[in-house]
Amino acid sequence: MLAIVLFDGLNYSATLFLLSVGLTFVYGVLRVLNISHGAIYAFGAYMATWITIKLLGVGLPVFLSYLMLFAGAVIIGLVFGPTIERLCLRRIYGSDIHIQLLLTYAILLILDDAMKLIWGMEPMFVSEPYTFIGMFEVGGIIYPVYNFLLMVIAAIFGGFLIWLLRRTRFGKIVVSVIHDREVSVAMGVNVSLVFNVAFTIGAFAAAMGGAFIAPTIAVVPGFAVEVVVMAFAVIAIGGMGSLEGAALGALIVGFARAISIHLFAELELVAIYLIMVLVLAFRPEGLFGQVEERRI
Amino acid sequence: MKIKPAVLIVAALFILAPLVVPSWIMFILIKGLFMFIAVLGVTMFLRGGQVTFGHALFYATGTYTVGFSVKWFGFREALVLVPVGTLAGLLMAALVGLIMARYRGVFFAMLNLAFSMILYAVLLKLYWFTGGTDGLAIGVPTLAGVPIHASGFAFYYFSLVIAGIATYVVYRFLASPVGYLLTALGENEIRIEYTGESARRVLYLTYVLAGGLGGASGVLAAFTIGHVVPEDAFWIQSGEFVFVALLGGFESIAGALMGAVAFEFIQTYASKFIPYAWQLMLGGIMLLVILFRPGGLFAIYESAVEWLRPKKEGIAHE
Repeated sequence: MLAIVLFDGLNYSATLFLLSVGLTFVYGVLRVLNISHGAIYAFGAYMATWITIKLLGVGLPVFLSYLMLFAGAVIIGLVFGPTIERLCLRRIYGSDIHIQLLLTYAILLILDDAMKLIWGMEPMFVSEPYTFIGMFEVGGIIYPVYNFLLMVIAAIFGGFLIWLLRRTRFGKIVVSVIHDREVSVAMGVNVSLVFNVAFTIGAFAAAMGGAFIAPTIAVVPGFAVEVVVMAFAVIAIGGMGSLEGAALGALIVGFARAISIHLFAELELVAIYLIMVLVLAFRPEGLFGQVEERRI
Repeated sequence: MKIKPAVLIVAALFILAPLVVPSWIMFILIKGLFMFIAVLGVTMFLRGGQVTFGHALFYATGTYTVGFSVKWFGFREALVLVPVGTLAGLLMAALVGLIMARYRGVFFAMLNLAFSMILYAVLLKLYWFTGGTDGLAIGVPTLAGVPIHASGFAFYYFSLVIAGIATYVVYRFLASPVGYLLTALGENEIRIEYTGESARRVLYLTYVLAGGLGGASGVLAAFTIGHVVPEDAFWIQSGEFVFVALLGGFESIAGALMGAVAFEFIQTYASKFIPYAWQLMLGGIMLLVILFRPGGLFAIYESAVEWLRPKKEGIAHE
């Protein structure tokens, strides 16, 4: 029982981290809460599933399916990232928060329906990547290896983003843009390019989360919004814009979810939001967030 | 209080409409009226620079007030249920508002969404209590004891009276000191506190009023549609409120009315011609409005009036 909760908790945390890390990254750099994140995530799941089904259908070996999932995520990230940023977000950086929220919400509505138009209302399912690596037994509990793979992917991806921000030239530029846009421009930084790349990374992260979670679930239309609310809970708990915060938030929400599912399944959603409200009541900026000065 | 002629014209149009239009348009107008009442709440938040993606919370509170009343007591009296539903919405908002008045911006938007999704999940899961996905049937409402048709004359005028009361209440609220401070909330919160007023109190009062409007709208909706379902609390319903507020323009009460009526006509035709791309169209129109006409239909109307007005010679116009 305890071991199951531990495994489930880690598993949920990994999926939640993959889901929310892009959202917090984009918020950190662009200061825009991208509500369409959930739709990009769902698009990633659809695209990856679709590509994998098609390619496995022509007889490619199953061990390549992980690359196919990855390819689906890359395609979605590269298609949606630059276009959404360039065509929509760029026009509203200076606007009030409510305009930014409404705009990304509109994009969510569009993408959510576009998915239904492209792939139909039927659930899509690709189980080969999941069943291929089989099960794993420890202490009498049988657990799918794929769930461990998800944890590894989450850890690698989180590590990659932190490395990118802290150890590379690009990361240093991004940090300087976060601190002060105008001074960065004065120093010769192409801020609009940085924004575009940062948003693309965020979109790719969303699509990547969707792509690798897809084999564990049936991909059905309309899960974009639940996903974005969940992701928001994670990054609000951790502190918006902080990568470590997203990791900690994912762990907290993941374990809360695992525990509540095992104890009182009906209250799963309530438990998550309860934690969010509690954390925000005592630390409105989240656990890792920085207090923003109030403007006069 | 000086009443503008435009207000009288609109009121007269709404009063005379049933005499000339066919009954299907009357049905659309009734839907437009309750949509308008709910959207008034959303526009008040937008004035204060806040967005809510969960206003369906209060709408569903209203619809399920009727649902439970019919289920448990077989009671369908509109004259009683509208105040009761409004009260239920007020109470719900008074409770949730205690938490919500602390938050602004993205937190306000997303926490509202979270609360409405909790209500949706509860309505869905407690099926022995709420009827689950099947929802609850409402049947024929009564008005002062007399059974009436939910898209007939009597119910139309009843909805019109409720909408009139709602308009008046919101108008008085926005013209009150708290109403002016609400507009300031979106501009600069600290300066509100310099005036000695608490920004949190301003948002809380707005929240409670918006909740009551949502409840009233839900009651009328339950009677008109004749059926309440958990989707009343779903995010798509909240999204439609936000869409209407944006389409009409949230700078004025008239904008909400224009948006609501336009929305119901769009929906009627869209379900006929493009049944599978409803959200796509909502999102597309929203995107266009935000990027090109942030003032919505009301701004278009105002610029048309400005254009039609005879220009004075020799005086520079802005």
